[in-house]
Amino acid sequence: MRSSPLQKFIVAVLGWTVALLMFFPVAWMVLTSFKTEIDAVHSPPLLVFHPTLANFTHVIYLGNYLGALTNSVAISLGSTVLGLLIAMPAAYAMAFFPNRWTKDLLLWMLSTKMMPAVGVLMPIYLLCQRSGLLDTLSGLILVMMLSNLPIIVWMLYTFFKEVPGDIIEASRMDGAGVLAQLRVVLLPLAGPGIASTALLSIILSWNEAFWSINLTSVNAAPLTAFIATFSAPEGLFWAKLSAASTLAVAPILIFGWMTQRQLVRGLTFGAVK
Amino acid sequence: MCTLELRNLRKVYSNVEVIKGVDLTIKDREFVVFVGPSGCGKSTLLRMIAGLEEISGGDFMIDGVRVNDVPPDKRGLAMVFQSYALYPHMTVAENMAFALRLAGVPKPERDERVMVAAKTLQLDALLERKPANLSGGQRQRVAIGRAIVRQPKAFLFDEPLSNLDAALRVQTRIEIAKLHNDLKSTMIYVTHDQVEAMTLADRIVVFNAGKIEQVGTPLELYHNPANLFVAGFIGSPKMNLIAAEVRSSDGRTSVLTLEGGSLFSVPKALVPGQKLTIGLRPEHIAVVAEGGMAGRVEVVEHLGNETIAYASIGAAQPLTVKLPSDSDVRIGEMLHFASRGQTASLFDEAGSAIMSPSA
Ligand SMILES: Nc1ncnc2c1ncn2[C@@H]1O[C@H](COP(=O)(O)OP(=O)(O)O)[C@@H](O)[C@H]1O
Ligand SMILES: [Mg+2]
Repeated sequence: MRSSPLQKFIVAVLGWTVALLMFFPVAWMVLTSFKTEIDAVHSPPLLVFHPTLANFTHVIYLGNYLGALTNSVAISLGSTVLGLLIAMPAAYAMAFFPNRWTKDLLLWMLSTKMMPAVGVLMPIYLLCQRSGLLDTLSGLILVMMLSNLPIIVWMLYTFFKEVPGDIIEASRMDGAGVLAQLRVVLLPLAGPGIASTALLSIILSWNEAFWSINLTSVNAAPLTAFIATFSAPEGLFWAKLSAASTLAVAPILIFGWMTQRQLVRGLTFGAVK
Repeated sequence: MCTLELRNLRKVYSNVEVIKGVDLTIKDREFVVFVGPSGCGKSTLLRMIAGLEEISGGDFMIDGVRVNDVPPDKRGLAMVFQSYALYPHMTVAENMAFALRLAGVPKPERDERVMVAAKTLQLDALLERKPANLSGGQRQRVAIGRAIVRQPKAFLFDEPLSNLDAALRVQTRIEIAKLHNDLKSTMIYVTHDQVEAMTLADRIVVFNAGKIEQVGTPLELYHNPANLFVAGFIGSPKMNLIAAEVRSSDGRTSVLTLEGGSLFSVPKALVPGQKLTIGLRPEHIAVVAEGGMAGRVEVVEHLGNETIAYASIGAAQPLTVKLPSDSDVRIGEMLHFASRGQTASLFDEAGSAIMSPSA
């Protein structure tokens, strides 16, 4: 289908509108992080002001930014690696040896994401508490991995589905066991897809706040929990909160920007070549 | 040595039986072709033999050993897929050596065996290419080469020529026949194309709806089809199958009334009034001056080496007649047709053959 110049124009305007709408809060957050607390709550909002780095120094020296950053990296990478290790065999089995339950199983897995996380806060909290996983990296890695697992399995399943079944069967005839099939055939053929999945999982884990805030206090607190410590019940905190948030999203923004081609491919589930 | 034995093999997909009890013994070094219409279960059966599909019932034996539960790579069989199924990220040489690499064959021996196979298939100049940079015919040869390198007990082919254009198909067919001659190993070849079956097979197995209709050499199937299905499937153009009724019988010969009214006599005692189907091969029908079946020519196809005419004799289907290439039949012409020699087949109402041409 060819589109007329007018259609192209409308699509472009729509695209830019959506992009600007989504970008605005982030831009405002960055802007606010350079204001004084007084300027931050000024009404009408100030676009021109004397920038200050005070919020950043405050946040970095009073909060434990580096500790939270390290935790975020560990949790994102850890939960992603663990998730891939579990999801790859699962997706392999569902993509190449489907049975009458495969579709239902996939839907059921996704349906767990439709339930609000608060619904299982109590049981998960108690489970973590009893097993001594509260406020530990391993605890958070585990929970984060479980919460992203349905999406990882879904994405891998879709990518594996694109690998012709004949090729897998040929490798079975050639004597490749499950591990060899994954390593020598699937990994190279579905490599870009696996990479996209890993990227998405890292980003989801990085931005996850609910479990991070509820299951950690000091030791395992990642950046999302770090931000939360700057929202106080009274007093002025918007500028500091913005500085903390800017510091928290900066690494993943840069990471996302560097890997955007992979990400777009992954998020469109291979529909765009 | 490789004898394959299928004993009452069955395959059920969620309550639908697609292979309904197949008994067959494939002898060492035999070239057996499974032929039948699309969807009759040929691929499923081949995949059960390969080990890619679970066997729902019955026994499958290789050299007398039951291998139902043996995984595909331990059966010692190699398969050539319709889609070729080459590993796209490996070169031709790597594709061919893959099985040997997995089996831990040392590199010098691997290279040696790949080279030998590549020479046989004229692939030696392409060894460093990736499959994406090969033509369809070359990919097909790599797929065959990958099978050869493993020195399998038997080769399994699933419609290996169906993705090639017509000229290449004939050429590759000849190469496969030559390969069977050189390698002298057991081969099972699946196709829906009866010409491929006739040209390649030592023995043909005709399938229909998950069951064997007939097993035999190409000429046995051609001359003595066991039933209407085989009669209609083997031979090109198709055998004429015309409904008929026995009009009279004198104990040695009988006269039939064919659909459309023509009379036809056959050298067999039959019960007057019996309904049957008569089968006449287009190549066994000649134009005669008078008598026989009268019909008006509706379509004429000049193929160069022969001429095919379709004539309406009042039956449901036009009568197909194969004539010499210099035949000057014209559309609309009224002609008389008779069978040459005693070359009719007869089938009873259930479709089973009750008489075959005494050829
Ligand atoms: N995985 C499957 N699940 C259910 N039915 C199947 C499956 N594979 C094949 N079939 C059915 O089995 C029958 C035989 O298929 P197949 O062996 O591919 O036929 P052929 O190779 O002779 O064309 C078909 O009716 C097909 O729909
Ligand atoms: Mg098939």
